[in-house]
Amino acid sequence: MKQFLSFIKKEFYHVFRDTKSLLLLFGLPIAQIVLFGFALTNEIKNTSIAIYDQAHDPASRSISEQFAQSPQFNLVKNIRNQDEIEAVFKAGEAKLVVVFPPNFEQDIQHENKAEVQLIADASDPNTANTLTVYASNIIMDYQKELMLTTTIPISIQTDMRFLYNPELKGAPNFVPGVMALILTLISVLMTSVSIVREKENGTMEILLVSPFNPLMVIISKAVPYLVLSLANVTMILLLSVFLLEMPINGSIVLLYAESTLLILTALSLGLLISNITNSQQVAMIVSLMGMLLPTLLFSGFMFPIENMPLPLQLISNLVPAKWYYIIIKDIMIKGVGFMSIWKETLILTSMTAFLLTMSLKKFNIRLAK
Amino acid sequence: MYDVELNHITKTYENGAVQAVKDVSFGVKKGELFGLIGPDGAGKTSIFRMLTTLLIPDSGTASVNGFDVVEDFREIRKRVGYMPGKFSLYQDLTVEENLEFFATVFNTSIEENYDLIKDIYVQIEPFKKRRAGKLSGGMKQKLALSCALIHRPTVLFLDEPTTGVDAVSRKEFWEMLRRLKEQGITILVSTPYMDEAALCERIALIQNGSILSINTPQEIINSYPKPLYAIKAHKMSALLHALRDSNLVDSAFSFGEWHHITLQDSVTAEQLKVSLQAEFPTVQMEAIEPGIEDCFIQQSLAQHEVEL
Amino acid sequence: MAIVRIAPAVNGYFAAGILPAKEVAMSNYVIEAENLTKRFGDFTAVNEISFHVEKGEIFGFLGANGAGKTTAMRMLCGLSIPSSGKATIAGFDVYKQTESIKQNIGYMSQKFSLYEDLTVLENITFFGGIYGLSRKEIAVKADQLLHELGLFDHENTLVGSLPLGWKQKLAFSVAIFHEPSIVFLDEPTGGVDPVTRRQFWDLIYKASDAGITVFVTTHYMDEAEYCNRISMMVDGEIKALDTPENLKKQFNARSMDDVFFELARGAKRSGD
Repeated sequence: MKQFLSFIKKEFYHVFRDTKSLLLLFGLPIAQIVLFGFALTNEIKNTSIAIYDQAHDPASRSISEQFAQSPQFNLVKNIRNQDEIEAVFKAGEAKLVVVFPPNFEQDIQHENKAEVQLIADASDPNTANTLTVYASNIIMDYQKELMLTTTIPISIQTDMRFLYNPELKGAPNFVPGVMALILTLISVLMTSVSIVREKENGTMEILLVSPFNPLMVIISKAVPYLVLSLANVTMILLLSVFLLEMPINGSIVLLYAESTLLILTALSLGLLISNITNSQQVAMIVSLMGMLLPTLLFSGFMFPIENMPLPLQLISNLVPAKWYYIIIKDIMIKGVGFMSIWKETLILTSMTAFLLTMSLKKFNIRLAK
Repeated sequence: MYDVELNHITKTYENGAVQAVKDVSFGVKKGELFGLIGPDGAGKTSIFRMLTTLLIPDSGTASVNGFDVVEDFREIRKRVGYMPGKFSLYQDLTVEENLEFFATVFNTSIEENYDLIKDIYVQIEPFKKRRAGKLSGGMKQKLALSCALIHRPTVLFLDEPTTGVDAVSRKEFWEMLRRLKEQGITILVSTPYMDEAALCERIALIQNGSILSINTPQEIINSYPKPLYAIKAHKMSALLHALRDSNLVDSAFSFGEWHHITLQDSVTAEQLKVSLQAEFPTVQMEAIEPGIEDCFIQQSLAQHEVEL
Repeated sequence: MAIVRIAPAVNGYFAAGILPAKEVAMSNYVIEAENLTKRFGDFTAVNEISFHVEKGEIFGFLGANGAGKTTAMRMLCGLSIPSSGKATIAGFDVYKQTESIKQNIGYMSQKFSLYEDLTVLENITFFGGIYGLSRKEIAVKADQLLHELGLFDHENTLVGSLPLGWKQKLAFSVAIFHEPSIVFLDEPTGGVDPVTRRQFWDLIYKASDAGITVFVTTHYMDEAEYCNRISMMVDGEIKALDTPENLKKQFNARSMDDVFFELARGAKRSGD
């Protein structure tokens, strides 16, 4: 046990003395969170919008006027037919289109209720969300104005449609994404590189020729990176709660337990890579190509998997980060318990078991077979 | 009786394409300072790695402290100290941290065996807060030796400990080995430098994976088959060519300031001198005792002839 | 200018001999250093060293780890600008004409010399090309070189699979392939077997006979014995400079090892 602790202590020395890597490890998540955070809180000004007014009556004109005068919006186009809506978005001329139905004022006056449709380009979901809120406010203001002149309750409803990203993915979704990315990065890359470094430096030779169980070398390597990864999780969560004001709806304990599971998966993979490579460069390239890239592509965090061709969708199933991403999103956003995510957890667990078995099989207690 | 023993050990790499060690057998007695002397690529490191259980021999058996290097590798790993050829400590850890780490890995503490490493460690102790990567070659070597000794090994394997180290540090290093030997530790050391052979009790000359001879340095010198002469003149490279062309001379090799030569049977030194006098009026010649390097050259050429 | 060939005529030996230093005219300096100094902040790595090396001389540059050998050699190779002092290499100034210096020197170290994953011929062609030799020149000289080293059947062998001794000989031949005025050798024969080492030194002597100055840094004294003259650096200064024979007499020592030990024992500095 004393050996083990001493080994871990040594490993922490390595980590803390390599200031550049350490800076990268903690700087990267901070930078990502802050960047995304800025995108979220970015104030909206002078956003180009278009109006498709099928009514051309005083009410619709009055609301259009409000939009034109609003500092948030910049009315760039009046659309004349349905097809033009799509064209405006495709050309990037407007981020939002306000659609008034025919007989808008008549609806208000005779039926006491009318509907305005807001169509937003949701490829940037944060912006789309904010835009529709602003636009709804303008319509609500008009409604309030009407209410002052009449006793009949009038309601103008807004029907929102999001183009390109109907589920409005984004806002809270990137935090689990960043977590998956960072955990993978630290656990796979750092572990494999740090073990291979011992081979390269020749220290592995000395360690092998010691009573210290070679497997313990590997396990004690894993511990610091587990701790480091969990520290990173904590930091990301703190940033997202306090900086981005994003609540964690589910159980924190479950969140950490699932994170630990992904870290173990990644550590096993890192170990496997370190077993089959002999230089730090190769280990790094294999880790980046074999783990980081698939994580970016296939976790569902950057690119929606549903939109991918079927073969790629199938490949994405092999990426541990995909399952982790689903799990964490469910816990953080939907606030679900273990019963809703046991399937994904089981998949992740089997992956870990498989990788660990593989790497232990490949592990060499000598310099060569 | 032997602390380290090899019987017909063979090791190949790349599926037999490279024969690193060919049918090597020798034994190292308890408490002996044994030198494996040979150039780079002779197979020294392969032998060390097999003895330290890092590699498995293709054929043959070997034991350390009576334990088989393949079957009982765990027992051996508990008992031996090993200093690989390359400086193999953690460069980003301090002197003290390195030593403490290796002490714990070997289930001991610095205090427990301090008396063994004291002579060596006191020399680097003033720098104990310095990172190992920032030490000079000589100090690194002392630290590596301290780390290899910290668990009081019964057998110490030192693979080319003096490569890349300057002459002063080398001298000090051999002095340290002599003192360790007095403590009863069996030491197996390898070096490509022939002049270090004389500092060992017994040596094995090794070339191309085969042992040329095993004996005490003095016996190896005594077994040199012919009288050896040192010869010099003003024009040394011309002299060397003249010697090689002369039918009186058996072998001629440059040794810096002098050339070392042996003569054909029944040729006397005087005869050769006379034959050179005209071209090299300043020629000087004297009989000398061969060094290990002379023996190595003679034996490796003899082996070469056998192989041809 | 002397025409350098890997195998100069046998009478080349008679012309130059082992101590060309005494036979060559005094003006014939290929390396001239006058109070050459290199400081890094407060630390003076090389402290006012002065020495001359003559054409065709084999000059041993010795010193303990950290004595300043590497720093001094970098200045002489045009890789590092001195803090003060003067030096010319093959007539070129170490401050202003570093590019010309690089064109006129060869370099070989035990650690890096050839690409292991290229064949013998590819290495020769590559290094010949670097120094601006024409394809035709390279082809002719490569042919000659391969014959000389007995590597003719191995021109398509990967350098990595050659025995160490052959590698060393090939590396040296490649280093002087472009007929430099000076070739710098960094511990050229450490670890090489005694027979191959002598073959290697035969090549060095031939190059020297053909007029190439050979500058050898090493901390192995047995290597030093082969040099015409030796300088010993201690703590950034040259503490002794003479023939091996005279140095041994001067220090009343049996071997160069003892001479070095006498000189370096008092060294204050140590480090790489």
